[in-house]
Amino acid sequence: MMRAIQVKTIAALAAAFTLVGCATTQQPEFDYTAYKESNPKSILVLPPTNESPEVIATYGVLSQVTHPLAEAGYYVLPVAVVDEVFKQNGLTHPNEMHDAPTAKLQEIFGADAALFINITQYGTSYKVVDSATEVSVEGTLIDLHTGQKLWSGSARASSAENRGQSSGLGILIAALANQIIDTASDRGFDIAGIATWRMLSPTKKNGILYGPRSSQYEATP
Amino acid sequence: MFSTKIKKIALLTLTAACLGLTGCATQKAAPMYNWDSYEAEVYTYFKGDDTSAQEQLATLEKNLQEAEQKGQELPPGYRAHMGLLYASTGQMDQFKQALEAEKQHFPESTSFMNFLLNNFAKLQNEGQK
Repeated sequence: MMRAIQVKTIAALAAAFTLVGCATTQQPEFDYTAYKESNPKSILVLPPTNESPEVIATYGVLSQVTHPLAEAGYYVLPVAVVDEVFKQNGLTHPNEMHDAPTAKLQEIFGADAALFINITQYGTSYKVVDSATEVSVEGTLIDLHTGQKLWSGSARASSAENRGQSSGLGILIAALANQIIDTASDRGFDIAGIATWRMLSPTKKNGILYGPRSSQYEATP
Repeated sequence: MFSTKIKKIALLTLTAACLGLTGCATQKAAPMYNWDSYEAEVYTYFKGDDTSAQEQLATLEKNLQEAEQKGQELPPGYRAHMGLLYASTGQMDQFKQALEAEKQHFPESTSFMNFLLNNFAKLQNEGQK
């Protein structure tokens, strides 16, 4: 009797650990049909639109999108050159750039797909309990030949993630100090890098697919 | 105290649990490209601080040499970004060479590189801020 209970307990605990270890929110599986059919080789990343009060947010994120996308196996158009071309065509603000017709984008940039990113949070804010630099981004990948949506995703990163917990007055002082240090050292850039990587990781659930240049690319038969 | 059978079951379930946990670990493959300078230099370019185009080019040139020595690939867009800087300083031969090199290493860029080569005059004027 005792032995049976012990075995069941161990089995139940093991099952619980297995589930918790891979904890993700209950998300529906993304339908990759359009994405696989499109099979983009090259990606045009438009300068991100920005809802935060930090003006530099657009370029803090834009400077760091090439890395995860390229390592995922895509050709990424040079972001600074792209920005320059938009400006010379009279589109100076990311909102205007995002409104450009996909046919026009395809004609000028010649990319298979375009990534539209929106920044919902970027910067260091003082909060009573802790200051944190936070960056939240969301992105949508569009086929430039068809205008069809291939993928969308989002991610968030915060400098508070790895901060240790202290107690009492220490927390308040640390919060203010963190805000000053983070703002002064352009922590936004570092955190933006983490958020961008998270959003554009092919290894996460419902993430982007590996591109043709990656050794982990899965060609659709 | 426990029978061999129970120990065996316990071991199997614990092993299964461990595999379940480690199954979430991602394999980190070796990077495909050399990322030493590119992102920081692109950010510097966008920030428009005191770092001149020539200084930015010097950093990117150095990274290019180092990558070549190590047999490492430069990221997509790296050479074209250098081309942009060359155009902004009026070095149009280097601009063309950089874009041709980008095309050679990344044929996916051909359409866009040709567009830039055909419209370089505008880039040159705009770059001179």
